[in-house]
Order: sequence, then structure tokens, then C-alpha cells
Amino acid sequence: MTGERIFHYLCIGCPLGCRLEVEENAAGTDVEVRGWGCKTGKAYGRQEHTDPRRVVATSVRVSGGRWARLPVKTSGPVPKAMVRDVARAVRPVAVAAPVAAGTVIVADVLGTGVDMIATRDMERA
Amino acid sequence: MITPEVRQLAPRYDVVVSGAGPAGMAAAVGARERGAERILLIDREREAGGILWQCIHHGFGLHHFGEELTGPEYAERCLRQVTDGGIDVLTDTYVYDISPDRTLTLMSGSHGMRQVRAGAVVLAMGARERTRGAIRIPGERPAGVLTAGLAQKFVNMMGLLPGRRVVILGSGDIGLIMARRLTLEGVEVLGVFEIMPYANGLNRNIVQCLHDFDIPLSLSTTVVDIRGRERVEGVTVAPVDQALRPDMSRAHDIACDTVLLSIGLIPENELSRRIDLRLDPVTSGPVVNSTMETSIGGVFACGNVVHIHDLVDFVSQESLLAGRAAGDYVTGRRPPADNIRLLPGDNVAYCVPHTLSTDREHVVYMRVRKPMEKCTIRFGDVFSVKVRYVFPAEMVNITMKPKFLENFHGDSLRVDVVQR
Repeated sequence: MTGERIFHYLCIGCPLGCRLEVEENAAGTDVEVRGWGCKTGKAYGRQEHTDPRRVVATSVRVSGGRWARLPVKTSGPVPKAMVRDVARAVRPVAVAAPVAAGTVIVADVLGTGVDMIATRDMERA
Repeated sequence: MITPEVRQLAPRYDVVVSGAGPAGMAAAVGARERGAERILLIDREREAGGILWQCIHHGFGLHHFGEELTGPEYAERCLRQVTDGGIDVLTDTYVYDISPDRTLTLMSGSHGMRQVRAGAVVLAMGARERTRGAIRIPGERPAGVLTAGLAQKFVNMMGLLPGRRVVILGSGDIGLIMARRLTLEGVEVLGVFEIMPYANGLNRNIVQCLHDFDIPLSLSTTVVDIRGRERVEGVTVAPVDQALRPDMSRAHDIACDTVLLSIGLIPENELSRRIDLRLDPVTSGPVVNSTMETSIGGVFACGNVVHIHDLVDFVSQESLLAGRAAGDYVTGRRPPADNIRLLPGDNVAYCVPHTLSTDREHVVYMRVRKPMEKCTIRFGDVFSVKVRYVFPAEMVNITMKPKFLENFHGDSLRVDVVQR
């Protein structure tokens, strides 16, 4: 059959780690998930194939604080394909203490619609 | 969050908690809930929060707080409860000694050497990472061999990268998390090597930390040599047979400047040994009853110092229980003594707590020795529960209702995990 493609995923729902097989139909409009052991796995296979997303957590430089780095994360999940780019984009960022948890460090990072926010308070040293 | 520091140390406290990580923070809050008035929470680091500050990734708190948080966010929530509870926090202070009458000797940056007496003590010192010496990797002794958790602190808090080309030995979760973390910082992670035929970390981390970045995971493979004079220059890896013996005919070299070790944790029980607490040889932590009280009355223990947890959420829950029991102890409420011993049987490495009483609901944590699917967990003849799977890397927790123990008159229950 032309146009049909099969993709493989490891389910992350539990330690069983079911080997999922996701097959796209000829038109590429729908997928069938096989190999799952529960509903979580079935839904995960579909999501992971059609629109995989990740929360990106990294850190930025902070001056005058108790520590040299301020931990940050995206306020929501971003497309998986953008994870490296998002991390790279915030690498040059530097802020000054004090910073409050929840502060937006980079707004709308790379046009994803999500912000990079501080995940802790950083008081002055 | 700025936690107010203790200005004046009192000579006596109702409850003193040693270690202000997730276990200690929850224990202090638990003690406050039960009416302990003067509570002192001590940590050797410069701030309370423990390992959580360096675990900047996402995925904590689903069980305990009902949402997914990063480590620092989880820490901030715990700390807020500590601060709201008016608990005294003393950082930069090491609990140097403890005596069976619950006198603690402290070595403090701001207070010098001091002694405090405690109505009850909670031991919450956590665990430390196994190092190169623990598995005796042959080779030279260059710089650049460090534990994954130390690298995590370097990168996420101190702003230091441990190297440029990294090999990771062991597939524990911290190692997997660091594979991703270093990759996002532009460091080349050449591979993760695991001596066992299965990965130790969560599938979630295998996928999101390795597969997402095309980092290879080699199972049944280990590092057999580390080379380098001043700095690591390379390692030799080799596949192992079923007896874990390396096959040197298939060994190959990898050029790298750093080796991260993610090879397990050891409960920090030096303090427990000072007062000869009874330790469980399997967990290397104190033997505890159903209130998390150790073999010495008034001394409680919780978190990784008792047994290694895989989720912080369960540390918090177990420690809240320990703290409440410490609070009860100093306010004169003593629960009925435990009357049932749990005996680990088939495919059970250990159970915590080690004993139960028949009057209350209990949560029993246990770890299995080998993976099993479609199995039954049996507590003697009184209670059994069917589970889809068990894995050594995933702690099992079972809630035991008092009704199952009502008509049980023995003094011990054997716990088995058996195939259906």
C-alpha cells in the first residue's frame, strides 16, 4: 500500500513501557494506534504522533543572587521539535536578583505563545 | 522565598528535625499540625529545600499537590508551609552528634558549637550518591569523574559546565535527566551505559531525555576503564554477560572529557549509627514502626534516610506521618503499640514500615526484587491485591484498611508477590 506509514513509540504511562505502533492512513488524515495495554497508552500514542509537546526547563544567568543560575520553565508545553531552539534562545539571557517565582523572563519565546518564567524566588546574596 | 532564620537558639525544643529537604520540611509541618510548639528544622546547606532546588525539571507533585511542578516550585510550596507554621529554620548547620536521650550537638556557621535537647527527634538526612569507589571502576584517577547529582548542582545552580564530551554510566533517573540537561546547554552527550539488561529510570525519562535527543542507551554494557592523566581523556566500554562479566574481546574506546555516574543512592545514616538505631540491612535505613518511630522511642525517621524513594510525593506523605507522630509523642498522645511484624517473602526485597497495628489504616511501601506482570500481592491470608505489574525500579505502595486486620490474631504477616 502506498502512502501508509508505520511509526514506533515507547509508552511512558507506566513501567510496562508498551511498544506502540502508530499507522497513518493513506490520506494522512487519521492514525491507528496498536500495541497499547490501556487507554492511557492509546491516547498517548495518538498525541505523541500527531502533536508531541514538552515543557522545557532550563536556567538563565542571574547576577547578585544567592546562586549563579535562575531556574526557568515554559509556562506551557511547546512543540517537541522546538525544544532545542527554545533552550538555545534563552541561553544568552541574564537577569539581576531579586527575582520572584513566576516572573516572566522571556515573553512569548520564539513565537510559541508561551512564556519562559522563573520557577523560584532568587533573593539577593 | 526568604525563610526567616533563627536568631536565638533555645536550649530545648519540642521537636528537632535533622535535614530540611522534602522529608524534613513535611515532618516539621506534621509535628506542628499535632500541636508541637517549638520546632527546629536544621540543614547543613545555606537554604532549606534539599535536592529539590537543583531538580529544575518538571514532573513533581502530581500525587501530593495535584499538579505538575518543577523541583524548585515544589520546594517553595513546602517552604511556605514551614514558614506559615512558624517553624524555626536553622541553615548552615550540621548535626554533629546525637545521644539516646535526644540531645543534639550542632555545628553552626552562625551559632558555633551548641547543644539542644529535643522532646522528639525526626531524622530526615536523605541520601547521598554512590561514587566511583562504590563500584570500583578500574583505570586512572583524572579529574572529570563525578556523580550526576553533583553535575546537576554545578549546572543548574552554580552555572558551571562539567565538560564538553560526556559519557554517562548508569541509567538512573538523575543520569537521564542530566543527559537532557547537558544537551540543552550545548554539551555533547555520547551515550548512557547500563550494566543491567534493563534501564533503571522511568520510561518517561528514557523517551523525553534520551530518545528526544537521539542519545544512545546501551544496555548490558559498562565502563571498564577510565583514562587520562590530569583530565579524563577517554573510557573503554564493554558488553557484559549474564553474570555481569565484561567481554573484553568486544570492548571499544570512546574519547570524552567527563564521566557522570548515576549508579544509585545510599541513605545517610551516620547519625542513626551514633545512637545504635536498628538498621535494616536491605534498605540500609532504620527499622521503623507504623508511626515511623525507630528502635529508640521518640526518635523518628522518614524519607530517603529510611529507604530510597523514586517520587518526592511519597517522601512528603511518609514524612508528614512521621512528623505527626513526633507531634503526638511530645503532646503525650501515644498510639497503641504495633502488634504485627511484616516479613518480606517471595519477590519482596523490603517493606516499610516494618510493623503494623490492627487499629488503623496503613500505607505499606515495598520494593520487589524482579519484574513481574499480572501478579498478586499477598499479606498472609488476610489481604491480597491484584496488580498489573511490579518493577524493582518502581516502589509499590499498598493501602491496608483496618478491617482486614480485625480478625487476625497472629504476630507476623508474610508478604509475597506471586504470579497469577
